[in-house]
Amino acid sequence: MDLLTLLQVLDSTVRMATPLLLACLAGLFSERAGIFDIGLEGKMLAAAFLAAAIASVTGSAWIGLVAGIGASLVLAIVHGLASITFRGNQLISGVAINFFAAGITVVVAQSWFGQGGRTPQLSDGARFQSITLPFAESLSGVPLLGPIYKELISGHSILVYMAMLIVPLTWWVLYRTRFGLRLRAVGENPAAVDTAGISVVRLRYSAVLICGVLCGIAGAQLATAEPAAGFIKDMTAGRGYIALAALIFAKWRPWYALMACLLFGFLQALELRPDLITNVIGIKVQGQLLSALPYIMTVVILAGFVGKAIPPRAGGEPYVKER
Amino acid sequence: MTTPAIELRGISKAFGPVQANKDISIRVMPGTIHGIIGENGAGKSTLMSILYGFYKADAGEIFINGKKTEIPDSQHAIAAGIGMVFQHFKLVENFTVLENVVLGAEDGAMLRPSLAKARSQLKQLAEEYELNVDPDAVIEEIGVGMQQRVEILKALYRQADILILDEPTGVLTPAEADQLFRILGRLKEEGKTIILITHKLREIMEITDTVSVMRRGEMTATVKTQDTSPPELAELMVGRKVLLQVDKVPAKPGAMVLEVKNLNVTDSGGVHRVKDVSFTIRAGEILGIAGVAGNGQSELLEVLGGYEFGKGEVLINGQSIDLTGRHSNGQTRRERGIAHVPEDRQREGLIMDFMAWENIAFGYHHDPKYQKNRLFMDNAAIRDDTADKMQRFDVRPPNPMLQAKSFSGGNQQKIVVAREIERNPDLLLVGQPTRGVDIGAIEFIHKQIVALRDQGKAILLVSVELDEIMSLSDRIAVMFDGKIMGERLPEKTNVKELGLLMAGVAGEAA
Repeated sequence: MDLLTLLQVLDSTVRMATPLLLACLAGLFSERAGIFDIGLEGKMLAAAFLAAAIASVTGSAWIGLVAGIGASLVLAIVHGLASITFRGNQLISGVAINFFAAGITVVVAQSWFGQGGRTPQLSDGARFQSITLPFAESLSGVPLLGPIYKELISGHSILVYMAMLIVPLTWWVLYRTRFGLRLRAVGENPAAVDTAGISVVRLRYSAVLICGVLCGIAGAQLATAEPAAGFIKDMTAGRGYIALAALIFAKWRPWYALMACLLFGFLQALELRPDLITNVIGIKVQGQLLSALPYIMTVVILAGFVGKAIPPRAGGEPYVKER
Repeated sequence: MTTPAIELRGISKAFGPVQANKDISIRVMPGTIHGIIGENGAGKSTLMSILYGFYKADAGEIFINGKKTEIPDSQHAIAAGIGMVFQHFKLVENFTVLENVVLGAEDGAMLRPSLAKARSQLKQLAEEYELNVDPDAVIEEIGVGMQQRVEILKALYRQADILILDEPTGVLTPAEADQLFRILGRLKEEGKTIILITHKLREIMEITDTVSVMRRGEMTATVKTQDTSPPELAELMVGRKVLLQVDKVPAKPGAMVLEVKNLNVTDSGGVHRVKDVSFTIRAGEILGIAGVAGNGQSELLEVLGGYEFGKGEVLINGQSIDLTGRHSNGQTRRERGIAHVPEDRQREGLIMDFMAWENIAFGYHHDPKYQKNRLFMDNAAIRDDTADKMQRFDVRPPNPMLQAKSFSGGNQQKIVVAREIERNPDLLLVGQPTRGVDIGAIEFIHKQIVALRDQGKAILLVSVELDEIMSLSDRIAVMFDGKIMGERLPEKTNVKELGLLMAGVAGEAA
């Protein structure tokens, strides 16, 4: 395999990893605050649809992005109401959101555009285009670094770069700010937060809303960033669940989340190029095996083979002042 | 006359049909240690949670330093200068001491300056009050005594002038408790007002200036500590005269019932919990095992009760029992004459959602008199049997159809004790028989245990309450770090000596 092919695979790794990463960080905020969220998938899907629909109607990718975030936020608020205000079961609420999003997106798309549950093909102005970073062309002659810069680092949509910047931002918020300290505390022991005079409800809603915003960006990236050109039915294809697996794999930490998502993104990128694997290792590997690998690796992690993944202690439990 | 630091007027609070606090008024003078004593469920903790803004009172007024104050949440309580150390600590386990102290009392949106300020403040507080804690230690890695100091530091860091402590000594060794009392004395000298909630008469007598007694949600009396006595307080708590000392005749030990030789237990996490423990119990004898919670007593009970595996040898009436294999379970233990009142009645002793009669049948559901025929159980017979047992063990209300969770702690425990004692076992294992049980029920349960001994049964009593061990046991063994530190006779030892053994300081050879 030559350098260029490798770079192409890595390039698509970055692209595939981006929605995973955004969803994973979304889950990180929510779960660190003690709200389990298996509705990442549904929120991303709803966001992907509305982002593509609005972008195709208005012709602006940015308005589409805002609409996508809006759709995701609505579902996030539903999840917040169910699991914080009404102290319902967080898993059930998440599953309900996933089913709801899977159905409603197709129904609305069909009645709106009449194209069998898709949105129309987006024109170039209505989607996020790849950005060629400065000097990409002129530096391409430099050995090794040139191609890496041109093929791997340059040439992604703005959302990809945003996602990468959100990783250090998340770390900073979590470990260097008052909000982060409180957020981590409320996921471990909400009673400690409550007795310290801080509102558990408000903190958890903030976390759920941040989760909604990030899922919204993830959905918009899937549907409206090059090379995508619109929404198709079930286009998240389980990415929300892979993001959750990545979150466990990353032990609920931002930098590890980046690593986990790049790894899982790499597996997805390989899935697109089965010929490469055959070339390199000489055996034909089934695509299904590759798609199952993230889950298998997560089970291995959960079984405690590679260090222990300890979830936030108050995760999944509605906070009720004890009697 | 000075203004009271705290004055509560007519506080009432109901949880559903249960009136936890009824029209309570109390005045706490500044710079004093004010004890609030009462049985479990008397409403002490509820009252203090209202003062700390954790619950909202249905009626009543709160005055802080003479000023009427609304306390709708903990934030207002903190602002009013009130700090609270809960019975179950409110700490974030995987945070450092420093982070826990700062949480909720940060100075700005950025963390670093807050942490730096807290670090220097903690140092100052440590010097002032002898509250030494490593600010960078992680909570889950320090002992409970240390964790409690962190809770006190949290309150002081928030400039609390009024400190409420809810059952602070429940988890401490006698030496740690003494140290806590020294700290409280120091805080009082500095002019802080302290409210101490407890059900231990000894603590009230030792450290408080004034004591208020609560019974069934009502404040029954407030007296100066020096003008009262333990028997008087106990009577005020229960509403009748109580025997604080268990009446018992000297033991008449008979044949050997239980022999434990070199028992070792390693738990599922690989931690060596019980280390080379050997002891014996004869018929008609109570062996008490003292120790701070978590020193292997629980695992010892679990192995003998048949739901944890161990290594070594255990003989019942001279016959060895299986400790690891297929025959090591609760059922075979019962067949060999071992009955077990487990430490945690809500998790191990009862199924809280099941009715009393179902709980009475557990473990003994093979009893022929509970069977109608080969296929069906005779539920009516179990219910009759339950009603009968409830009568004799004074379970209130004596209704077999009520769910276990609808009984009070003391009555739940009576159900478990009735189930186990009535089986006429050769050996009774009892863990924390009176944890969370009111004084009236404690008296009753103690009498039952002594009565069983007098019938010539062997009894292994595990308790973290030293008073209980001292008054019930015929012999006392102290466990520390999985080992038996020594055996003593209750009449030839004292709390101080046992306390040292509990802290791992070996006395002369046992």
